[in-house]
Amino acid sequence: MKNHNADASPTTRPSRSRRAFLTRGAAVAGAAVSGALAAGAAREAQAVEPNPLGIAPWQTVPGTPAGGYGQPSQFEKSVSRHVVKPYGDLAPGTGPTFTPIEALEGTVTPSGLHFVRNHNGVPEINPAQHRLMIHGLVKRPLIFTMEALLRYPTISRPHFLECSGNSNRALAPQPLQIPVGAMHGLISCSEWTGIPLSLLLQEAGIDPAATWLLAEGADAVGMSRSIPMEKALDDAMIALYQNGERLRPEQGYPVRLFLPGWEGNMSVKWLRRLKVTDSPTYTKDETSKYTDLLPDGKALQFTYEMGVKSVITRPSSGMTVQGRGLHEISGVAWSGAGRIVKVEVSTDGGASWKAASLHGEQFPKSLVRFRLPWEWDGAPGILQSRATDEKGQVQPARKAWLAQYSPGNIYHNNSIVNWSVGTDGSVKNVYV
Amino acid sequence: MSTSKRIGVTIAAAVFVGACATQMSGPQTTARQPNLGRVATAEEVAGWDISIPPSGAGLPAGSGTAKQGATVYAAKCLACHGEKGAGKPADALAGGIGSLATARPVRTVGSYWPYATTLFDYVRRAMPIAKPLSLTNDEVYAVSAYILYLNGIVAEDAPMTATTLPLVKMPNRDGFISDWPASKR
Repeated sequence: MKNHNADASPTTRPSRSRRAFLTRGAAVAGAAVSGALAAGAAREAQAVEPNPLGIAPWQTVPGTPAGGYGQPSQFEKSVSRHVVKPYGDLAPGTGPTFTPIEALEGTVTPSGLHFVRNHNGVPEINPAQHRLMIHGLVKRPLIFTMEALLRYPTISRPHFLECSGNSNRALAPQPLQIPVGAMHGLISCSEWTGIPLSLLLQEAGIDPAATWLLAEGADAVGMSRSIPMEKALDDAMIALYQNGERLRPEQGYPVRLFLPGWEGNMSVKWLRRLKVTDSPTYTKDETSKYTDLLPDGKALQFTYEMGVKSVITRPSSGMTVQGRGLHEISGVAWSGAGRIVKVEVSTDGGASWKAASLHGEQFPKSLVRFRLPWEWDGAPGILQSRATDEKGQVQPARKAWLAQYSPGNIYHNNSIVNWSVGTDGSVKNVYV
Repeated sequence: MSTSKRIGVTIAAAVFVGACATQMSGPQTTARQPNLGRVATAEEVAGWDISIPPSGAGLPAGSGTAKQGATVYAAKCLACHGEKGAGKPADALAGGIGSLATARPVRTVGSYWPYATTLFDYVRRAMPIAKPLSLTNDEVYAVSAYILYLNGIVAEDAPMTATTLPLVKMPNRDGFISDWPASKR
């Protein structure tokens, strides 16, 4: 798939390829938002069709030796995150950094492309100096070194993580014409390895009156959220590894909380403290932020589970469908309630739906990849995807979702995404 | 730790977790717990615990009025939060009453925040953004008092302390509906 990016340009191939969606236009649009330079020069260099009988230069010299830590191809430099700094230089470490889901396939997000939503930058934590304390309504308040945590029994599970502010750029008054990742890319999926939180709580001995925890990070805002004890004893994890390696600093190195299926902000990174309590602490981020305004101006609070959701990533906003004929529609779906059981795709704005195929193991609270062959006859249309989870929850239409909230609500938008396809094959973000 | 030891621990772990998965409903103790944490002293806990719930439990000694807070605000907050908390470039801290149901809600301490204790907690741990944890407790009380005063919630000379701050009734105190335990809406 990756190499198709480079050779899918109309000048090199008239594109009968089912996968030749990612055109130069899309790549440039993506790069413009992310601030990265498109690998334009590299593409120019490949604009001439190679002689299939010739010998390629890299066949005639020894290749470079492997390095200590592998890096993506130089021809994939345009694949980078969309960095947004709402406060500019005033607080450059505050804001969202979106996963370029328009450029990815499968279900696993490379760790370096995982979305980030920081509130005052990434702390550089020396693990030897970092501790995790569990205290409050416990028999024994405990302090753990990172060395000690690494000796604990661990579990490994694939899970998505989604910021509850994801897709709020799709609530702009006019539909933004930016790559899908720059709107819907605060979603990523990794294999997380860590210690069941219940195990550490058992060691501390929780008081029967305990119903909540306060989780606090060691970053420069001391990010803190209240966590219901029910979740802590269910599937909460003290995560130490992501995709097989120790957590990246951006993802909470050396240790983070991970709450499968729940809004990302609660999976507190750089975890330093868990206080067992008998009520929520009502921190700044669970009162003034991460609360969902309703039509009457009241706000829903403690809306934790991420709703059932899907989005078509290929083709998507800014791309061009290269000619009539067979193409593949591809996208991702997920639900904070469990497994995805069905994804339907419409190419006619919701008048009719077809079941897409789901790929890979369908783990609960994880991304699935859906795909559907699509014969494009050159007529304009609107592409949509609609996911259903194992609890029977169905992704809502945009209008139905909007009706639940105040027009100013910016959280938990899991409504159906609409891409229009023009007669020239151009794909645009539209509101339906 | 040698590789073989590490594998041994991992296998034991798998067995343990399998056994434990069925009994996660409440606190358990078992001889097979690794128990690698060290017991924290009361002093250590007190030194780390900076979170302040609505009850005010844990608020430190100290005091400050809006009048005193105006000076702190001018020196350390105004550049980001604007004159009298009007906002820009950072979030507005005052005003916004009546805006919550509109397309442009202005969610400030006065229009939105349900508890004054949260203000103390957050300013102390996170502000000013370029130098968090640098304010004294008196300064945090004072600047909290000033922001509450800007919103017409406390008087200019009312001292905010561990006793008075939790008693402050915020205008939007009843503006929230808990969705936990999760319900079908």
